[in-house]
Amino acid sequence: MDKTKTTELDNVVVRFSGDSGDGMQLTGTLFSNLSAILGNEISTFPDFPSEIRAPLGTIGGVSGFQVHLGSSKIYTPGDDADVLVAMNPAALKVNASSVKKGGIIIFDTDSFEKSDLDKAGFKTDNPFVELGISDATQLIPAALSSLTQSSLDGFGLDNKTVLRSKNMFSLGLICWLFNRPIDQAIHFLENKFGKKPDLLHANVKVLTDGYNYGNNLHLTISTFIVEKSHETPKGTYTSISGNKATAWGLIAASQKSGLQLFLGSYPITPATDIMHELALRKDMGVKVMQAEDEIAGITSAIGAAFAGSLAATNTSGPGLALKSEAIGLAVMAELPLVIVDVMRGGPSTGLPTKTEQTDLLQALYGRNGESPAVVMAASTPADCFHFAFMASKIALEHMTPVILLTDAFIGNGTSLWKLPTLAELPGIYPNYTKKGMEDVKVTSRDEETKVRYWSVPGTEGFGHRNGGLEKDYYTGAISTDPENHQKMVDTRAEKIKNISQFLPDLVIEGSEEADLLVIGWGGTHGHLMSAVQSMNKKGNKIALAHFNYINPLPKNTIEVIQRYKKVVVCELNSGQFATYLRSNVPAVEFLQHNKVQGQPFTVAELEECFENLLK
Amino acid sequence: METKETTIQYTAKDFKSDQYVRWCPGCGDYAVLNSLQKVMADLGVAPHDTAVISGIGCSSRLPYYTSSYGFHTIHGRGAAVATGVKVANPKLSVWQITGDGDCLAIGGNHFIHSVRRNVDINVLLFNNQIYGLTKGQYSPTTKKGYVTKSSPFGTVERPFRPAELTFGARGTFFARLLDVDLKNSQTAILAAARHKGTSVVECLVNCVIFNDGAHGWLAEKETRSDRLILLEHGKPMIFGKEANKGLMLDGFNLKVVTIGQNGITEADILVHDAACQDTTLQMKLALMEGPELPIAVGVIRDVEEETYDAAVEAQIVEVQAKSKVKTFDDLIATCEKWEM
Repeated sequence: MDKTKTTELDNVVVRFSGDSGDGMQLTGTLFSNLSAILGNEISTFPDFPSEIRAPLGTIGGVSGFQVHLGSSKIYTPGDDADVLVAMNPAALKVNASSVKKGGIIIFDTDSFEKSDLDKAGFKTDNPFVELGISDATQLIPAALSSLTQSSLDGFGLDNKTVLRSKNMFSLGLICWLFNRPIDQAIHFLENKFGKKPDLLHANVKVLTDGYNYGNNLHLTISTFIVEKSHETPKGTYTSISGNKATAWGLIAASQKSGLQLFLGSYPITPATDIMHELALRKDMGVKVMQAEDEIAGITSAIGAAFAGSLAATNTSGPGLALKSEAIGLAVMAELPLVIVDVMRGGPSTGLPTKTEQTDLLQALYGRNGESPAVVMAASTPADCFHFAFMASKIALEHMTPVILLTDAFIGNGTSLWKLPTLAELPGIYPNYTKKGMEDVKVTSRDEETKVRYWSVPGTEGFGHRNGGLEKDYYTGAISTDPENHQKMVDTRAEKIKNISQFLPDLVIEGSEEADLLVIGWGGTHGHLMSAVQSMNKKGNKIALAHFNYINPLPKNTIEVIQRYKKVVVCELNSGQFATYLRSNVPAVEFLQHNKVQGQPFTVAELEECFENLLK
Repeated sequence: METKETTIQYTAKDFKSDQYVRWCPGCGDYAVLNSLQKVMADLGVAPHDTAVISGIGCSSRLPYYTSSYGFHTIHGRGAAVATGVKVANPKLSVWQITGDGDCLAIGGNHFIHSVRRNVDINVLLFNNQIYGLTKGQYSPTTKKGYVTKSSPFGTVERPFRPAELTFGARGTFFARLLDVDLKNSQTAILAAARHKGTSVVECLVNCVIFNDGAHGWLAEKETRSDRLILLEHGKPMIFGKEANKGLMLDGFNLKVVTIGQNGITEADILVHDAACQDTTLQMKLALMEGPELPIAVGVIRDVEEETYDAAVEAQIVEVQAKSKVKTFDDLIATCEKWEM
């Protein structure tokens, strides 16, 4: 090995970028998984092209995959990249501004011909100068296409298949750059192409040649080492996306409660992967119905809930709007139902592939009548599992619809997930009617928790009529009596409020005795935590209160927030959670930091915001 | 639906709830409710294995009046809720109660898709050609030109014909009944219950307040037998007070003939085939209009095809037989995993 130097890094961000067909998602996934196996913390985020099938080599067709590796705890896929792999000039153009000063750009010289530059809209023949890329940036030009072609010379593969393997050449190069042994990557390829030996051999050959190519470059560029993380609790891990984790959380709740899982769903970006994942699980008896529209998605689920299933529906903002009347029915009929909203940029069709937190007030209030539902939010790809499980548990135990908010960022992103067993998950105990309770009415409830008793069709002696009309508190018959309506409205509200008794307390992360309390909720936790930790390392005193339970709020919410003199609510909307807190937490001035760009926060911008607030 | 063999003999009373029935005096819905409860008793499915689902409208109040499990949902969505109930628990006998507005306007999408899927539910479509609960606006089945509160100068819309929609959505069962015709109503509803798949029963009902005499031309007892024809599978299409009128083909069209005239005998009369896969003749029969042709009641189409709920169950069995994943822990074991 001819290595002039190696640099040890605490963490590093690598962005793979190219045309949709360049296999960047696969390359990125393989690299992050093999890094995790070597003991790194990982967090990834895919950036899908905004157009369906943009012409090759154009800006609209650029697909990216960012990987953040760490030797200590990391919380986000990272802001700017230390290393960019650009398979063509369009990829370079889209990502140039997010490469760190002094970073490395690996690019395919074969794809940087005049015609390629034209397609990406470059005016000159020097894209690096044209983009103003700093001299400090280190360039690694590699003729990836032709090197791949010569690597596979004699394999008898057609040229299209050969060129498809060039992502493996770039993966080999990256493995060299980060001193990763490629055995593990080869093992992954064996799993993926096991049934197609020709493709397996070709990919392994290209990967190995890419690695050796790096070794023989004799560049002055130093390679990197990211040490094992010792902060990760010991255990068995995998890497999981938020959408998959959500689906699996529902499955776990179904198994734990002994109830069949029913999902009524209509395809919508970026939530559809949850349906895909559950549709695979016929082996576990999961019933997925792809409905004719969003409304049928939720109403078929309500039907399944009425019939005694653990019922769920998944959607994104526009779909949540369509479902609002039906959520009201679930509130009124007091049926268990999980509604997952993977939030995206809005309003209307908005930015379907981008992330936002703009559905919060819709989830809380977007229904006719006094219509309280449980609203909660997951904060990392992996904890979507926990919160989907808890959403199911709360729905089943408290006979209420539960809206679980995730977003495009954590839904599509991945993080490390310590594999659970079913045994270690908490039990789920629905409030069923039992033999001997045959005189219960449809509105009969536990007087303490206000939870209605659940009688499942097919059970003799418990026939009843449920519905969306107001019912008499005592007899369950339909009623328009004024006092009764007041009592029922209050009862439904109290039932939801009472759930806070079962929720964990709000926890402060960072510095307890802080000059500034940062408040966040949902998918921004990683960025907020990273910024708070980084600021505290520099000697500041900042605390983070991050919310997963929003309605009801954790019972110590007021007491915790009132401890701090300066409070800022950071969210990817124009101030929805801040508005909500103002109506729930008295005597606190809530400052705001907001961003509505379809993009997550960056740690850098948050640090700047906190610095200004501490001045 | 599953017709469970049982030793218990139910009566219509077993399916009546303790609620006072609140429809206008003279409303056609009473008659259909009574026919339905009689059929439920004859079916032998226990009330607790029966679920009655409805949307919004006068007829959608019906679940409150049956003693089974019932769910009065939201406007237009009864078909989707009923589908969820049936798929979640295929052992239940599931009824969907709906009206012409609920089913064909706001719920049109769910209607055609439940019919297309052939989910095993029985749909009673109460067609009075008017919005009753909102007090008299025209519906998707109101005849063109009809004056209502929302069409003071007459509607300018072309109405739906429910049979056409059902056939267009590849329906496997379509029957029609007239509210006042109790005996034939029960026969049609019973056939719907026994059919596996989405059974659509168009119930021609009168709205005594907003569309009195909606089907008056048919309902008058004196002339009813000349204006209605009861279609029965395998029987010749004969009708009339004297039972001497029949239907024959005239080119591609249907015509009414008199047996005994022009040398026409019973052997010349068309025989009804409700089980024919091809809908051409069934469609013609379903769309017959007076005064030239009689209106058809009875079971017009009844063909067997796989139901959605049964297909879901079958696929689960098939996949489970092949898959190693039985439990959540098995699922976890399928992950690409590593020790840290």
